[in-house]
Amino acid sequence: MWTFIHKLGSPKWFYVISARLLPWFWAAAAVLIVVGSIWGLAFAPADYQQGNSFRIIYVHVPAAFLAQSIFVAMAVSGLIFMVWKIKIADMAAAMMAPLGAAMTFIALFSGAVWGVPTWGTWWMWDARLTSMLILLFLYVGVIALRGAFSSRDSASRAASVLALVGVINIPIIKYSVDWWYTLHQPATFSVTSRPAMPLEMWMPLLIMVLGFYCFFIALTLTRTRSEILRREATKHWVRELAGEGR
Amino acid sequence: MTPKRRQKLFVILGLVSLAAIAVGLTLFALRSNINLFFSPVQIAAGDAPFERTLRAGGMVKEGSVSRDTETLDVAFTVTDYVDDVEVRYSGILPDLFREGQGVVVVGELTQEGWIRADEVLARHDENYMPPEVAQALEDAGYSPEDYQAKAAEVAKRVGAQAGNDDSRQTN
Repeated sequence: MWTFIHKLGSPKWFYVISARLLPWFWAAAAVLIVVGSIWGLAFAPADYQQGNSFRIIYVHVPAAFLAQSIFVAMAVSGLIFMVWKIKIADMAAAMMAPLGAAMTFIALFSGAVWGVPTWGTWWMWDARLTSMLILLFLYVGVIALRGAFSSRDSASRAASVLALVGVINIPIIKYSVDWWYTLHQPATFSVTSRPAMPLEMWMPLLIMVLGFYCFFIALTLTRTRSEILRREATKHWVRELAGEGR
Repeated sequence: MTPKRRQKLFVILGLVSLAAIAVGLTLFALRSNINLFFSPVQIAAGDAPFERTLRAGGMVKEGSVSRDTETLDVAFTVTDYVDDVEVRYSGILPDLFREGQGVVVVGELTQEGWIRADEVLARHDENYMPPEVAQALEDAGYSPEDYQAKAAEVAKRVGAQAGNDDSRQTN
Protein backbone atom coordinates (compact mmCIF):
# COMPACT_ATOMS: atom_id res chain seq x y z
CA MET A 1 0.00 0.00 0.00
CA TRP A 2 2.66 2.50 1.04
CA THR A 3 4.89 1.60 -1.86
CA PHE A 4 1.94 2.16 -4.19
CA ILE A 5 1.36 5.64 -2.75
CA HIS A 6 5.06 6.43 -3.02
CA LYS A 7 5.03 5.27 -6.60
CA LEU A 8 2.02 7.46 -7.31
CA GLY A 9 4.00 10.39 -5.95
CA SER A 10 6.57 10.04 -8.68
CA PRO A 11 5.55 11.80 -11.89
CA LYS A 12 6.68 8.93 -14.06
CA TRP A 13 4.63 6.31 -12.25
CA PHE A 14 1.64 8.59 -11.96
CA TYR A 15 1.81 9.04 -15.72
CA VAL A 16 1.87 5.28 -16.31
CA ILE A 17 -0.82 4.35 -13.78
CA SER A 18 -3.20 7.16 -14.75
CA ALA A 19 -3.02 6.07 -18.40
CA ARG A 20 -4.63 2.80 -17.39
CA LEU A 21 -7.36 4.40 -15.26
CA LEU A 22 -8.19 7.24 -17.60
CA PRO A 23 -10.39 5.51 -20.21
CA TRP A 24 -12.56 3.98 -17.48
CA PHE A 25 -13.26 7.30 -15.82
CA TRP A 26 -13.99 9.06 -19.12
CA ALA A 27 -16.31 6.24 -20.18
CA ALA A 28 -18.08 6.17 -16.80
CA ALA A 29 -18.48 9.96 -16.83
CA ALA A 30 -19.93 9.97 -20.35
CA VAL A 31 -22.35 7.11 -19.70
CA LEU A 32 -23.51 8.39 -16.30
CA ILE A 33 -23.99 11.99 -17.41
CA VAL A 34 -25.86 11.01 -20.60
CA VAL A 35 -28.09 8.52 -18.76
CA GLY A 36 -28.65 10.89 -15.84
CA SER A 37 -29.50 13.86 -18.07
CA ILE A 38 -31.97 11.97 -20.23
CA TRP A 39 -33.56 10.29 -17.23
CA GLY A 40 -33.69 13.47 -15.18
CA LEU A 41 -34.82 15.83 -17.91
CA ALA A 42 -37.24 13.61 -19.81
CA PHE A 43 -38.43 10.74 -17.65
CA ALA A 44 -38.30 11.78 -13.99
CA PRO A 45 -41.64 13.13 -12.80
CA ALA A 46 -42.18 16.87 -12.42
CA ASP A 47 -42.47 18.32 -8.93
CA TYR A 48 -45.97 18.86 -7.51
CA GLN A 49 -45.25 22.51 -6.71
CA GLN A 50 -42.56 23.65 -9.10
CA GLY A 51 -43.46 21.62 -12.16
CA ASN A 52 -40.65 21.27 -14.64
CA SER A 53 -38.39 23.97 -13.20
CA PHE A 54 -37.53 21.38 -10.54
CA ARG A 55 -35.39 19.63 -13.16
CA ILE A 56 -32.68 22.27 -12.71
CA ILE A 57 -31.78 20.22 -9.64
CA TYR A 58 -30.10 17.66 -11.92
CA VAL A 59 -27.43 20.21 -12.82
CA HIS A 60 -27.50 22.45 -9.77
CA VAL A 61 -26.89 19.86 -7.04
CA PRO A 62 -24.06 17.92 -8.78
CA ALA A 63 -22.32 21.19 -9.66
CA ALA A 64 -22.61 22.46 -6.08
CA PHE A 65 -21.29 19.12 -4.77
CA LEU A 66 -18.27 19.28 -7.05
CA ALA A 67 -17.61 22.94 -6.30
CA GLN A 68 -17.17 22.10 -2.62
CA SER A 69 -15.44 18.73 -3.07
CA ILE A 70 -12.87 20.16 -5.46
CA PHE A 71 -11.97 22.87 -2.98
CA VAL A 72 -11.44 20.26 -0.25
CA ALA A 73 -9.37 18.17 -2.68
CA MET A 74 -7.32 21.26 -3.50
CA ALA A 75 -6.70 21.99 0.18
CA VAL A 76 -5.68 18.38 0.89
CA SER A 77 -3.33 18.45 -2.12
CA GLY A 78 -1.94 21.74 -0.83
CA LEU A 79 -1.26 20.20 2.58
CA ILE A 80 0.44 17.18 1.01
CA PHE A 81 2.55 19.47 -1.14
CA MET A 82 3.54 21.72 1.77
CA VAL A 83 4.43 18.92 4.19
CA TRP A 84 5.73 16.11 2.01
CA LYS A 85 6.90 18.17 -0.98
CA ILE A 86 5.14 15.90 -3.44
CA LYS A 87 5.07 17.77 -6.73
CA ILE A 88 2.22 15.73 -8.18
CA ALA A 89 -0.09 17.03 -5.45
CA ASP A 90 0.68 20.60 -6.45
CA MET A 91 0.19 19.90 -10.15
CA ALA A 92 -3.17 18.26 -9.46
CA ALA A 93 -4.24 21.18 -7.24
CA ALA A 94 -3.33 23.64 -9.96
CA MET A 95 -5.26 21.67 -12.57
CA MET A 96 -8.37 21.32 -10.39
CA ALA A 97 -8.85 25.00 -9.67
CA PRO A 98 -10.41 26.15 -12.97
CA LEU A 99 -12.91 23.26 -12.97
CA GLY A 100 -13.85 24.09 -9.38
CA ALA A 101 -14.38 27.73 -10.28
CA ALA A 102 -16.48 26.69 -13.29
CA MET A 103 -18.61 24.37 -11.14
CA THR A 104 -19.14 27.10 -8.54
CA PHE A 105 -20.24 29.44 -11.28
CA ILE A 106 -22.61 26.80 -12.72
CA ALA A 107 -24.09 26.19 -9.27
CA LEU A 108 -24.62 29.93 -8.70
CA PHE A 109 -25.99 30.50 -12.19
CA SER A 110 -28.35 27.52 -12.22
CA GLY A 111 -29.46 28.51 -8.73
CA ALA A 112 -30.26 32.02 -9.92
CA VAL A 113 -32.19 30.68 -12.91
CA TRP A 114 -34.07 28.35 -10.58
CA GLY A 115 -34.69 31.10 -8.05
CA VAL A 116 -36.68 33.28 -10.44
CA PRO A 117 -39.65 30.91 -10.95
CA THR A 118 -39.62 29.46 -7.42
CA TRP A 119 -38.52 32.13 -4.95
CA GLY A 120 -39.39 35.13 -7.07
CA THR A 121 -35.85 36.52 -7.07
CA TRP A 122 -32.60 35.51 -8.68
CA TRP A 123 -30.36 36.65 -5.86
CA MET A 124 -30.69 37.17 -2.13
CA TRP A 125 -27.87 37.83 0.31
CA ASP A 126 -28.65 34.83 2.43
CA ALA A 127 -25.92 32.80 4.12
CA ARG A 128 -25.91 29.93 1.60
CA LEU A 129 -25.78 32.09 -1.51
CA THR A 130 -23.23 34.50 -0.06
CA SER A 131 -20.88 31.77 1.20
CA MET A 132 -21.08 30.14 -2.25
CA LEU A 133 -20.14 33.46 -3.87
CA ILE A 134 -17.18 33.69 -1.47
CA LEU A 135 -16.15 30.22 -2.65
CA LEU A 136 -16.09 31.51 -6.22
CA PHE A 137 -13.87 34.41 -5.12
CA LEU A 138 -11.58 31.98 -3.28
CA TYR A 139 -11.20 29.92 -6.46
CA VAL A 140 -10.43 33.04 -8.46
CA GLY A 141 -7.95 34.06 -5.76
CA VAL A 142 -6.17 30.69 -5.86
CA ILE A 143 -5.94 30.83 -9.66
CA ALA A 144 -4.74 34.45 -9.61
CA LEU A 145 -2.12 33.74 -6.90
CA ARG A 146 -0.58 31.05 -9.06
CA GLY A 147 -0.17 33.53 -11.85
CA ALA A 148 1.14 36.31 -9.65
CA PHE A 149 4.57 34.86 -8.78
CA SER A 150 7.52 34.50 -11.10
CA SER A 151 8.85 31.55 -9.10
CA ARG A 152 6.67 28.48 -9.35
CA ASP A 153 7.56 27.27 -5.87
CA SER A 154 6.40 30.50 -4.20
CA ALA A 155 3.24 30.49 -6.30
CA SER A 156 2.47 26.90 -5.31
CA ARG A 157 3.01 27.62 -1.63
CA ALA A 158 0.89 30.76 -1.67
CA ALA A 159 -1.93 28.96 -3.49
CA SER A 160 -1.73 26.03 -1.06
CA VAL A 161 -1.98 28.34 1.95
CA LEU A 162 -4.99 30.15 0.48
CA ALA A 163 -6.67 26.81 -0.29
CA LEU A 164 -6.01 25.58 3.26
CA VAL A 165 -7.36 28.71 4.89
CA GLY A 166 -10.25 28.91 2.42
CA VAL A 167 -11.37 25.41 3.27
CA ILE A 168 -12.91 26.91 6.44
CA ASN A 169 -15.63 28.22 4.12
CA ILE A 170 -16.73 24.69 3.18
CA PRO A 171 -18.42 23.74 6.49
CA ILE A 172 -19.94 27.23 6.51
CA ILE A 173 -21.53 26.57 3.10
CA LYS A 174 -22.68 23.13 4.17
CA TYR A 175 -24.24 24.12 7.47
CA SER A 176 -25.36 27.66 6.56
CA VAL A 177 -28.90 26.44 5.97
CA ASP A 178 -29.01 24.84 9.42
CA TRP A 179 -27.24 27.55 11.42
CA TRP A 180 -29.11 30.57 10.10
CA TYR A 181 -32.45 31.50 8.60
CA THR A 182 -31.93 31.41 4.86
CA LEU A 183 -34.05 31.62 1.74
CA HIS A 184 -32.35 28.47 0.48
CA GLN A 185 -33.93 25.25 1.70
CA PRO A 186 -31.94 22.65 3.67
CA ALA A 187 -29.86 20.01 1.89
CA THR A 188 -31.69 17.93 -0.69
CA PHE A 189 -29.25 15.20 -1.28
CA SER A 190 -27.21 13.28 1.19
CA VAL A 191 -25.36 10.05 0.67
CA THR A 192 -25.79 9.07 4.30
CA SER A 193 -29.47 9.77 5.03
CA ARG A 194 -32.66 8.54 3.46
CA PRO A 195 -33.61 10.53 0.36
CA ALA A 196 -36.19 13.29 0.89
CA MET A 197 -37.71 12.56 -2.49
CA PRO A 198 -39.12 9.48 -4.16
CA LEU A 199 -36.74 7.06 -5.80
CA GLU A 200 -37.72 7.92 -9.39
CA MET A 201 -36.55 11.49 -8.76
CA TRP A 202 -33.58 10.57 -6.60
CA MET A 203 -31.96 7.93 -8.82
CA PRO A 204 -31.22 10.24 -11.78
CA LEU A 205 -29.80 12.76 -9.31
CA LEU A 206 -27.51 10.12 -7.82
CA ILE A 207 -26.39 9.11 -11.32
CA MET A 208 -25.67 12.74 -12.23
CA VAL A 209 -23.67 13.28 -9.04
CA LEU A 210 -21.58 10.16 -9.70
CA GLY A 211 -21.16 11.18 -13.34
CA PHE A 212 -19.93 14.64 -12.35
CA TYR A 213 -17.41 13.10 -9.94
CA CYS A 214 -16.11 10.73 -12.64
CA PHE A 215 -15.83 13.69 -15.00
CA PHE A 216 -13.84 15.60 -12.38
CA ILE A 217 -11.45 12.68 -11.82
CA ALA A 218 -11.02 12.04 -15.54
CA LEU A 219 -10.43 15.69 -16.37
CA THR A 220 -8.00 16.19 -13.47
CA LEU A 221 -6.00 13.09 -14.44
CA THR A 222 -5.86 14.18 -18.07
CA ARG A 223 -4.79 17.72 -17.24
CA THR A 224 -2.28 16.56 -14.62
CA ARG A 225 -0.71 14.24 -17.19
CA SER A 226 -0.13 17.06 -19.62
CA GLU A 227 1.15 19.25 -16.77
CA ILE A 228 3.64 16.48 -15.86
CA LEU A 229 4.94 16.42 -19.43
CA ARG A 230 5.19 20.21 -19.44
CA ARG A 231 7.07 20.47 -16.13
CA GLU A 232 9.27 17.42 -16.67
CA ALA A 233 9.97 18.09 -20.33
CA THR A 234 13.71 17.97 -19.77
CA LYS A 235 13.63 14.64 -17.87
CA HIS A 236 15.05 11.55 -19.42
CA TRP A 237 11.87 9.46 -19.31
CA VAL A 238 9.79 12.17 -20.99
CA ARG A 239 12.33 12.50 -23.78
CA GLU A 240 12.25 8.76 -24.20
CA LEU A 241 8.46 8.85 -24.39
CA ALA A 242 8.57 11.59 -26.98
CA GLY A 243 11.22 9.70 -28.92
CA GLU A 244 8.96 6.71 -29.16
CA GLY A 245 6.36 8.97 -30.70
CA ARG A 246 3.64 8.14 -28.18
CA MET B 1 7.52 11.00 8.78
CA THR B 2 10.62 13.01 9.60
CA PRO B 3 10.49 15.29 12.66
CA LYS B 4 10.80 18.31 10.39
CA ARG B 5 7.78 17.31 8.33
CA ARG B 6 5.82 16.47 11.46
CA GLN B 7 6.56 19.92 12.82
CA LYS B 8 5.51 21.53 9.56
CA LEU B 9 2.28 19.54 9.51
CA PHE B 10 1.42 20.67 13.05
CA VAL B 11 2.27 24.30 12.28
CA ILE B 12 0.00 24.32 9.22
CA LEU B 13 -2.85 22.51 10.94
CA GLY B 14 -2.46 24.81 13.95
CA LEU B 15 -2.65 27.93 11.81
CA VAL B 16 -5.69 26.63 9.94
CA SER B 17 -7.44 25.80 13.24
CA LEU B 18 -6.68 29.26 14.59
CA ALA B 19 -8.10 30.84 11.45
CA ALA B 20 -11.16 28.61 11.76
CA ILE B 21 -11.69 29.69 15.37
CA ALA B 22 -11.37 33.35 14.38
CA VAL B 23 -13.91 32.95 11.58
CA GLY B 24 -16.19 30.93 13.84
CA LEU B 25 -16.19 33.57 16.57
CA THR B 26 -16.82 36.33 14.03
CA LEU B 27 -19.78 34.48 12.55
CA PHE B 28 -21.10 33.75 16.04
CA ALA B 29 -20.88 37.43 16.95
CA LEU B 30 -22.61 38.43 13.72
CA ARG B 31 -25.22 35.68 13.83
CA SER B 32 -28.20 38.04 14.10
CA ASN B 33 -27.00 39.93 11.01
CA ILE B 34 -26.45 36.78 9.01
CA ASN B 35 -29.99 35.54 9.60
CA LEU B 36 -31.86 36.48 6.47
CA PHE B 37 -35.11 37.34 8.20
CA PHE B 38 -36.87 37.97 11.49
CA SER B 39 -39.33 35.33 12.56
CA PRO B 40 -42.72 36.43 13.99
CA VAL B 41 -41.51 35.49 17.48
CA GLN B 42 -38.62 37.95 17.19
CA ILE B 43 -40.97 40.64 15.89
CA ALA B 44 -43.39 40.02 18.76
CA ALA B 45 -40.48 40.24 21.20
CA GLY B 46 -39.60 43.66 19.79
CA ASP B 47 -36.28 42.68 18.22
CA ALA B 48 -37.23 44.09 14.83
CA PRO B 49 -36.90 47.83 14.09
CA PHE B 50 -39.94 49.91 13.13
CA GLU B 51 -40.23 51.82 9.84
CA ARG B 52 -37.02 50.42 8.44
CA THR B 53 -36.58 47.93 5.65
CA LEU B 54 -36.44 44.45 7.10
CA ARG B 55 -37.16 40.91 6.09
CA ALA B 56 -39.58 38.67 7.92
CA GLY B 57 -40.07 35.01 7.28
CA GLY B 58 -42.32 32.17 8.24
CA MET B 59 -45.27 30.19 6.95
CA VAL B 60 -48.37 31.69 5.36
CA LYS B 61 -51.08 30.88 7.88
CA GLU B 62 -53.80 28.58 6.59
CA GLY B 63 -56.95 30.52 5.69
CA SER B 64 -55.36 33.93 6.23
CA VAL B 65 -54.93 35.06 2.60
CA SER B 66 -57.44 37.68 1.51
CA ARG B 67 -57.19 39.22 -1.94
CA ASP B 68 -58.81 42.43 -3.10
CA THR B 69 -61.12 41.69 -6.01
CA GLU B 70 -60.36 44.99 -7.81
CA THR B 71 -56.61 45.45 -7.28
CA LEU B 72 -53.51 43.41 -6.67
CA ASP B 73 -53.70 44.11 -2.94
CA VAL B 74 -53.36 41.06 -0.80
CA ALA B 75 -53.16 40.56 2.96
CA PHE B 76 -52.03 37.47 4.78
CA THR B 77 -50.62 36.35 8.09
CA VAL B 78 -47.10 34.99 8.49
CA THR B 79 -46.72 32.57 11.36
CA ASP B 80 -44.03 30.46 12.97
CA TYR B 81 -46.75 28.56 14.85
CA VAL B 82 -45.94 30.59 17.98
CA ASP B 83 -46.57 34.19 16.98
CA ASP B 84 -48.21 35.81 13.96
CA VAL B 85 -47.54 38.96 12.00
CA GLU B 86 -49.86 40.50 9.41
CA VAL B 87 -48.50 41.40 5.98
CA ARG B 88 -50.08 43.69 3.38
CA TYR B 89 -48.73 43.65 -0.13
CA SER B 90 -49.64 45.03 -3.51
CA GLY B 91 -48.16 43.24 -6.48
CA ILE B 92 -47.69 39.92 -8.16
CA LEU B 93 -46.99 37.01 -5.85
CA PRO B 94 -44.51 34.26 -6.81
CA ASP B 95 -45.98 31.09 -8.32
CA LEU B 96 -45.19 29.06 -5.26
CA PHE B 97 -47.04 31.38 -2.91
CA ARG B 98 -49.87 29.58 -1.16
CA GLU B 99 -51.22 28.93 2.28
CA GLY B 100 -48.94 26.71 4.33
CA GLN B 101 -45.96 27.73 2.19
CA GLY B 102 -42.80 29.33 3.55
CA VAL B 103 -42.30 32.98 2.56
CA VAL B 104 -39.82 35.77 3.10
CA VAL B 105 -41.30 39.28 2.87
CA VAL B 106 -39.21 42.40 2.41
CA GLY B 107 -40.85 45.52 3.80
CA GLU B 108 -41.30 47.84 6.74
CA LEU B 109 -42.79 47.07 10.12
CA THR B 110 -45.38 49.72 10.93
CA GLN B 111 -46.03 51.08 14.42
CA GLU B 112 -49.31 49.14 14.46
CA GLY B 113 -47.35 45.91 14.10
CA TRP B 114 -48.12 44.86 10.55
CA ILE B 115 -45.68 44.72 7.67
CA ARG B 116 -45.97 46.85 4.55
CA ALA B 117 -44.31 44.52 2.07
CA ASP B 118 -42.43 45.67 -1.02
CA GLU B 119 -41.52 42.18 -2.11
CA VAL B 120 -42.75 38.68 -1.31
CA LEU B 121 -40.47 35.71 -1.93
CA ALA B 122 -41.51 32.08 -1.69
CA ARG B 123 -39.44 29.55 0.17
CA HIS B 124 -39.78 25.90 -0.56
CA ASP B 125 -38.67 22.87 1.36
CA GLU B 126 -36.36 20.10 0.26
CA ASN B 127 -39.15 17.58 -0.26
CA TYR B 128 -39.80 17.11 -3.93
CA MET B 129 -42.47 14.76 -5.22
CA PRO B 130 -44.46 14.03 -8.34
CA PRO B 131 -47.97 15.58 -8.54
CA GLU B 132 -49.58 12.14 -8.28
CA VAL B 133 -47.81 11.54 -4.99
CA ALA B 134 -48.84 14.94 -3.64
CA GLN B 135 -52.44 14.24 -4.66
CA ALA B 136 -52.37 10.82 -3.07
CA LEU B 137 -50.98 12.32 0.14
CA GLU B 138 -53.67 14.96 0.19
CA ASP B 139 -56.39 12.39 -0.43
CA ALA B 140 -55.02 10.31 2.41
CA GLY B 141 -55.25 13.34 4.68
CA TYR B 142 -51.58 13.93 5.39
CA SER B 143 -50.35 17.42 6.20
CA PRO B 144 -47.19 18.87 4.61
CA GLU B 145 -45.22 17.99 7.73
CA ASP B 146 -45.83 14.31 7.13
CA TYR B 147 -44.63 14.53 3.55
CA GLN B 148 -41.05 13.67 4.15
CA ALA B 149 -41.86 10.66 6.27
CA LYS B 150 -44.48 9.34 3.90
CA ALA B 151 -43.29 10.47 0.49
CA ALA B 152 -40.99 7.56 -0.17
CA GLU B 153 -43.44 4.79 0.66
CA VAL B 154 -46.40 6.43 -1.07
CA ALA B 155 -44.26 7.01 -4.14
CA LYS B 156 -43.67 3.30 -4.31
CA ARG B 157 -47.41 2.60 -4.12
CA VAL B 158 -48.37 5.29 -6.62
CA GLY B 159 -45.46 4.57 -8.95
CA ALA B 160 -47.12 1.32 -10.00
CA GLN B 161 -50.32 2.98 -11.27
CA ALA B 162 -49.01 6.38 -12.43
CA GLY B 163 -48.11 6.06 -16.09
CA ASN B 164 -49.03 9.60 -17.07
CA ASP B 165 -46.53 12.41 -16.71
CA ASP B 166 -48.88 15.37 -16.33
CA SER B 167 -47.37 18.23 -14.39
CA ARG B 168 -50.55 19.69 -12.96
CA GLN B 169 -50.05 21.72 -9.87
CA THR B 170 -52.13 21.14 -6.80
CA ASN B 171 -53.09 24.61 -5.73
